Amino acid sequence: MSTLNASGWRPEMTENDVTTPSTFTGNRALMLEEALIFEIGDEHTTGVDLDAAPSVQSRLGGMDRNRGIGLPGLSEPQTVRHYTRLSRQNYGIDLGFFPLGSCTMKHNPRLNEKVARMKGFADVHPLQPQETVQGALQVINELAFWLIELTGMHGVAMAPKAGAHGELCGMLCIKAALEARGEDRKVVLVPESAHGTNPATAAFAGFTVEDIPATPEGRVDLAALKKRLGPDVAAVMITNPNTCGLFESDLKTISDAVHAAGGYVYCDGANFNAIVGKVRPGDLGVDAMHINLHKTFSTPHGGGGPGSGPVVLSEALAPFGPIPYAARYADGSFKLVEEESAGEEHPQTFGRMTAFHGQMGMFTRALSYIMSHGADGLKQVAEDAVLNANYILRSLEDTLEAPFAAFGPCMHEALFTDNGLAEGFTTLDIAKGLIDEGFHPMTVYFPLVVHGAMLVEPTETESKAALDQFIGALRSVANRAKQGDPALKTAPHFAPRRRLDETLAARKPQLVWKEPELPIAAE
Amino acid sequence: MRYLPLTQSGRQAMLAVVGAKSVDDLFVDVPQEARLSGPIAGLPMHASEMAVERHFASMAHKNMAAGDHPFFLGAGAYKHHVPASVDHLIQRGEFLTAYTPYQPEIAQGTLQMLFEFQTQVARLFGCDVANASMYDGSTACWEAIGMAGRITKRKKAVLASGLHPHYVNVAKTMAHFTGDTLETALPTLDVDTGFAALADSIDAETSCVVVQYPDILGRIGDMSALAERCHAAGALLIAVVTEPVALGAIKSPGEMGADIVVGEGQSIGVGLQFGGPYVGLFACKEKFVRQMPGRLCGETVDAEGKRGFVLTLSTREQHIRREKATSNICTNSGLCALAFSIHMSLLGERGLRDLAALNHAKAVQAADRLTQIPDVTLVNDSFFNEFTLKLPRNARDVVHKLAEKHVLGGVSLGRLYPGISELENGLLVAVTEVVSAEDIETFAASLQEVLS
Repeated sequence: MSTLNASGWRPEMTENDVTTPSTFTGNRALMLEEALIFEIGDEHTTGVDLDAAPSVQSRLGGMDRNRGIGLPGLSEPQTVRHYTRLSRQNYGIDLGFFPLGSCTMKHNPRLNEKVARMKGFADVHPLQPQETVQGALQVINELAFWLIELTGMHGVAMAPKAGAHGELCGMLCIKAALEARGEDRKVVLVPESAHGTNPATAAFAGFTVEDIPATPEGRVDLAALKKRLGPDVAAVMITNPNTCGLFESDLKTISDAVHAAGGYVYCDGANFNAIVGKVRPGDLGVDAMHINLHKTFSTPHGGGGPGSGPVVLSEALAPFGPIPYAARYADGSFKLVEEESAGEEHPQTFGRMTAFHGQMGMFTRALSYIMSHGADGLKQVAEDAVLNANYILRSLEDTLEAPFAAFGPCMHEALFTDNGLAEGFTTLDIAKGLIDEGFHPMTVYFPLVVHGAMLVEPTETESKAALDQFIGALRSVANRAKQGDPALKTAPHFAPRRRLDETLAARKPQLVWKEPELPIAAE
Repeated sequence: MRYLPLTQSGRQAMLAVVGAKSVDDLFVDVPQEARLSGPIAGLPMHASEMAVERHFASMAHKNMAAGDHPFFLGAGAYKHHVPASVDHLIQRGEFLTAYTPYQPEIAQGTLQMLFEFQTQVARLFGCDVANASMYDGSTACWEAIGMAGRITKRKKAVLASGLHPHYVNVAKTMAHFTGDTLETALPTLDVDTGFAALADSIDAETSCVVVQYPDILGRIGDMSALAERCHAAGALLIAVVTEPVALGAIKSPGEMGADIVVGEGQSIGVGLQFGGPYVGLFACKEKFVRQMPGRLCGETVDAEGKRGFVLTLSTREQHIRREKATSNICTNSGLCALAFSIHMSLLGERGLRDLAALNHAKAVQAADRLTQIPDVTLVNDSFFNEFTLKLPRNARDVVHKLAEKHVLGGVSLGRLYPGISELENGLLVAVTEVVSAEDIETFAASLQEVLS
């Protein structure tokens, strides 16, 4: 029988009262401090052995570099140690539970890494003659097929490089479709609870953004939305399930109303993991939805990317999708439709949105994941993700305020607020307390529609034991926050760094390393 | 299923806690008509690791891998040798399976790496500051144009004819929808980068001039005079670098006065990957930092006074500023930035300069050998590791014929500029350190055969 305290600590053992000494190095056993490459390397060292360049007459056109660059080099052993030490100052899914709401931090299967590194995918140039890359185009085409079938949509644009780039792709399709209708609609409606990327994308694409309020039940206010629809509204951007972790039950009604008013429905698919294999957005009247392959389809988050954001499109928008794309022909061959043949095969395209064909390295990984699960496994993914979130919601609603729990189950993430904490204690303190307990904190202060939000997304790749330990830890930390434990205000105590001064960083930005000025000798 | 740890009995126990009879009760908010009863019809069921791997191997086998053949493609993506330790280190789970460092106390590994990356990029480009990466070079280029528009409050960008045509097309797509004006031109097969003529097209409406260095045909132009002309007119000079290895041999754009320097970092550490993921590089003068797009990592101290790093100046960003943000970018290219930074640390200044010298020398040898073929001439009078040949016939057909002979012999300008007859005989040839003397000989012999 496993216990929630996995340290081997037994009740009869007495507390050890030894004070922590400081060390000469600043290291703490396995926790090793590491200097910057600029402090440990130098410009004469290199960790790469190269053949000597043959002697030739320079053809650099007199543009030879005559100034130093200032790039330090490290030998290979120093390099391996530097980055290994840095890695150990990071929290990752491989290490533990990472319930960052809206980010779907699920296990990253290593089979995906293996297939992505096959030389037939990893060592292929994007502009090779197409007869030499048929297998790569097949991967894109097979993944496209799965994404279309899983969403019940008409087509898919594979080019976008991340979720926000996918949003841009969808919004450009909408602009192009309106243009083709000869209409210049300027307004995009975005619910208050939306990810910041939604309004930013709409503005980036040249639209004007207006907020739509939420109901007390945490959903889009249908009446307010309907009232605002009109000939100037280009689109509505809706996240479903939304950022409160709730399904937008009225989405079909919303879609019908938006379409009747001549607009389009963009769905932010960041939370598709909750419904994959269970619900097809195409059945709900969605016109465009991006899918974060690094969320639902398990490609690694990499410390901030690379992501990948294919966009599924309705019949109304598919003709406007970007080039290039991989098309399959009756004879089983594949072809990239680029600028050259777009005039014949895809005449209404809005054009190119990135240099090449999208995130091939993410396509291989996502397809490997999808094939591994299959239609049956993906359905189970959604069910387990939703069950895990509800288990957390119901286990903690007696401890933390869960603003929408009374209205019914949540989807893939559970939302709590900071109501009821002791004076001066905040969501941030709870997050930092969880770090000391060995967890990555949940998403904090988002969505903005509740006070001091804590958004917990467990995903389906956590066991019941892992959830139980987290629930116990969060309950403990929350109770400390309610009781006003001063030690929580200064957490984390056991991380590689204590709380960092973000105000100082913003007031006097130090964005690059500079050689320290030599101290002036005292007279 | 191997990725799902819940057991059947565990699920039942959890449902009891939740107070639901079945998991379908948890989907009660989904309208009945939208709920699927079973697995989606017509799709395959789950598969073993072995079966999936086999399917991928069969697809991979249909592609000609660059490393297996004489290989001369470039045009914005270059094949370089990536040391084995790079791929090992980026697969450390603490890097691979982390996310954007929102909790800096347990993300110092990613943050310190980003701080080092920003410094490397800024120094390489000759700029004061750099950000924590963009998606790729082409999207970084458009973001730079947008940033110049915000700084100058003008909406006309002048794009050099030597800017990669896909970068031009990305900018055209965006400008069409944002209402910006772009002036563009096609390159011509001669030695002139056209920088001097560009200076004459700057007027009071011009927000920026965008040049590529070395340009799409491989030519290396001095942008110093152009920078002066830009600044005199209140416009910015944006330089685009698609082959950062070049900067180990030639002057940086920053030292010639470029205000914003963007680039494609794929050459260092990332690999070809059929076009992505790559890593966009973005650097500029310090005075423009608050108009930059993307994540920025900065140095600070913790509560005990120890040095540490955090994401900073986030009031520029979408998660704070929403529709007023400098960009909509969120997830960028963190792991590719790590690969870039590790490879650059291994190279160091000495390694980068040696690598650049080796690339240039091999390119010179290849250019000399290939122009011995009758009727094949060199367009460039300057180049780094890529140059343009003028062939006696359509280069596109030649590339396909070469592929039949298992030689991946460059990128035809017809692929990049379809339908432009003046360019269709142009062949872009890139020669990096991975090309052997034997590869050059095989390429030359095959090209001669195809042309005869």
